[in-house]
Amino acid sequence: MKSWILRFLCIVTLLSLFGCHRAPSPQFHAQDNPELLSEWGILHVDGGTLRLAEGVQAYRLSTPLFSDYAQKLRTVWLPAGQSAQYSPSSAFELPVGTVISKTFFYRRDASQGGRVQEAPAPSAATLDLRAVRLIETRLLVRRQGGWVALPYVWNEAQTEARLTRAGATVELIRVKADGAEAPFPYLVPDSNQCAGCHAPNIKAGALQPIGLKARHLPVEQLEAWSTAGVLRGLPAVTALPRTVDWSDEPIELEVRARAYLDINCGHCHNRSGPADTSGLVLDASATTDVAMGVCKPPVAAGQGTGNRRFGIVPGRPDESILLYRMESTDPGAMMPELGRSLAHDEGNALVRRWISAMPGTCSVSAT
Amino acid sequence: MALGACTRNPPAATADLSYQSTLIEQLIDAKPGQVIEIPAGRHVFDRSLTLRIDDVTLRGAGMDKTVLTFAGQKSGAEGLLVNASGFTLENLAIEDTKGDAVKINEGERITLRAVRIEWTGGPKTTNGAYGLYPVRTRKVLIEDCVVRGASDAGIYVGQSTDIIVRRNRVEYNVAGIEIENSRRADVYYNEVTRNTGGVLVFNMPNLPEAGAGTRIFNNRIYENNTANFAAKGTAVASVPAGSGVVINANDQVEIFDNTLRDNATAHIIISSYFSTGYMNSYSVAPGFDPYPEAIHVHSNRYMGGGDSPDGLDLKALKLAMMGVGGRLPPVLWDGYADPKKLVNGRLPPERALCIRDAGAVLNADGPGKYRNPTLDERSFRCELPPLAAVAWDPAG
Repeated sequence: MKSWILRFLCIVTLLSLFGCHRAPSPQFHAQDNPELLSEWGILHVDGGTLRLAEGVQAYRLSTPLFSDYAQKLRTVWLPAGQSAQYSPSSAFELPVGTVISKTFFYRRDASQGGRVQEAPAPSAATLDLRAVRLIETRLLVRRQGGWVALPYVWNEAQTEARLTRAGATVELIRVKADGAEAPFPYLVPDSNQCAGCHAPNIKAGALQPIGLKARHLPVEQLEAWSTAGVLRGLPAVTALPRTVDWSDEPIELEVRARAYLDINCGHCHNRSGPADTSGLVLDASATTDVAMGVCKPPVAAGQGTGNRRFGIVPGRPDESILLYRMESTDPGAMMPELGRSLAHDEGNALVRRWISAMPGTCSVSAT
Repeated sequence: MALGACTRNPPAATADLSYQSTLIEQLIDAKPGQVIEIPAGRHVFDRSLTLRIDDVTLRGAGMDKTVLTFAGQKSGAEGLLVNASGFTLENLAIEDTKGDAVKINEGERITLRAVRIEWTGGPKTTNGAYGLYPVRTRKVLIEDCVVRGASDAGIYVGQSTDIIVRRNRVEYNVAGIEIENSRRADVYYNEVTRNTGGVLVFNMPNLPEAGAGTRIFNNRIYENNTANFAAKGTAVASVPAGSGVVINANDQVEIFDNTLRDNATAHIIISSYFSTGYMNSYSVAPGFDPYPEAIHVHSNRYMGGGDSPDGLDLKALKLAMMGVGGRLPPVLWDGYADPKKLVNGRLPPERALCIRDAGAVLNADGPGKYRNPTLDERSFRCELPPLAAVAWDPAG
């Protein structure tokens, strides 16, 4: 209704020759779930460019979750005058009215027909729509009762994204760097599936942001927010927990592998998460022992064992269930359970190298 | 609805995905107390379903009338994933999910009634692992269900308390019914047949709580001789085909008034974690008790069985102990007892293995590397106080 009035006013304005190209401003919807992404005013399509509204901040993560080679533009918007409260390990406490967005996109392949390539990370807070194929924008909205997840799927013309609560399947073809093509179903989650990752405590069941934690955010980002007054309680740099960039080669293998597992697995595989039933802990709190899968027999992996006996067998990646499930694309065996149809070759290569270099054995004894 | 201006077919009549979004949106918008009726017909899904609202009932028109098929599933590790309390699922079938058919992770007052779970291609390693899978739940009732073809356990209750599993039919699964790391379970009036192992009561290491207190009674457990088709590395992969009831590392289990017939390895196997082949210096977190204790077997009827045990070791054991043409006795024990708890070489009465209805028990002498198996009746002649019934009354 509100948006209808806005559009009506727009037409009136147009008629009076004042133009209607002023960038929209973010609009918090406290209860209703708008059908169109534009009604949130967070992102707007301006000719051939996707832009952020005034006050909307783009941010990036040191190591992101793998999502079928999609690139992501992440933004956060806080209501005027409000700020986030720093936390050392959990997601920052964000005020009611906060809107977080994550737009998934690929580099548009010239040959079209659903062909996409991995896009470079967004360098600016805008996207050139001639170069990218937008797939979906997921919103996490902080309402009075807690966080709500809303998936919006972009139209082919890339002019608007529509609320798709039941999820969607977009058939795409990944064109690799060497030109090889791999068709895959890109799966937009339904609203309930969002909780599969965003409810890190299975008992509480409440949704939480994942990326907006101290350890996942680059220091310069945290400092900029602190300086701008939108982040309270930031400690000294030396006291900040850090997660490295998983692809930053000079950094020690183990540190990078752990950063990768933290963001890709830790939302479920933490001590109170949905995967606490497995006894396997893969977030930053885990130590390299049986809880992390070293020589650990599975609890309820079923056919997800891939005929392997232990989570991690030191020195033997091809005997490790962990890697089997990361390399699998069978929905009944693969990990993470949601969020990908493709295997992440580069991430898996990292974990493979880490396991290969791990010392020890898992000898079985009878007594 | 069909009489209105028909702009769309009723979902039952179509084999497309039209009903999928309808049901997903109903699950998203569900309110506590709501009953979501799923009409008769064959409904096709290519992604898993998720429910997160308390006190919701999902109800079909009958386990052979309302069928949810996931044969073409592209995403989601389950057919239906529930994270809610007060959940009831009844009168429908779920077929051919890629992973588990129904998983309920964390919740209480869970009722699964007259649900059929089936992998329609018969027993296959590539079938989903679990049929009905409540985990970290309290007050669970599973009744009048049918589960066929699970590549791990048909009915698998894990890390839960106050459980009733009754009047179900489980067949062609690796494990028919498995109670794991759970406290207080009553398993009765079930028809358990053609699985690899009929009823399993296990404790696994590296989990927050050990299980104890399972009663298995008035079941018909027969012809569980299907070759083990579990993926290697799973706990059930070590279960020999032809097992009626298998206890592993669990305590306080009472098995009585069952009919056990023609389970070709043994009707009842009592075993420790050492016999699973997973024991190693790293794999077991401190505090884990690998020994089965306070096991009470009485008043069962045994018929046939033990004539064709699975695996070379058990075949050799049969030959050595029973001769050509002999059969293993109804109850087999791997022989492991906690040396720290033994008093004069025996478990104290409250931790004893009491087997009063099966004649001599075959002690396989696992600790002695199976060199000196024995047949012994006297050592098992004892009695344990009956376990209390699960106090939770599902009707109340």
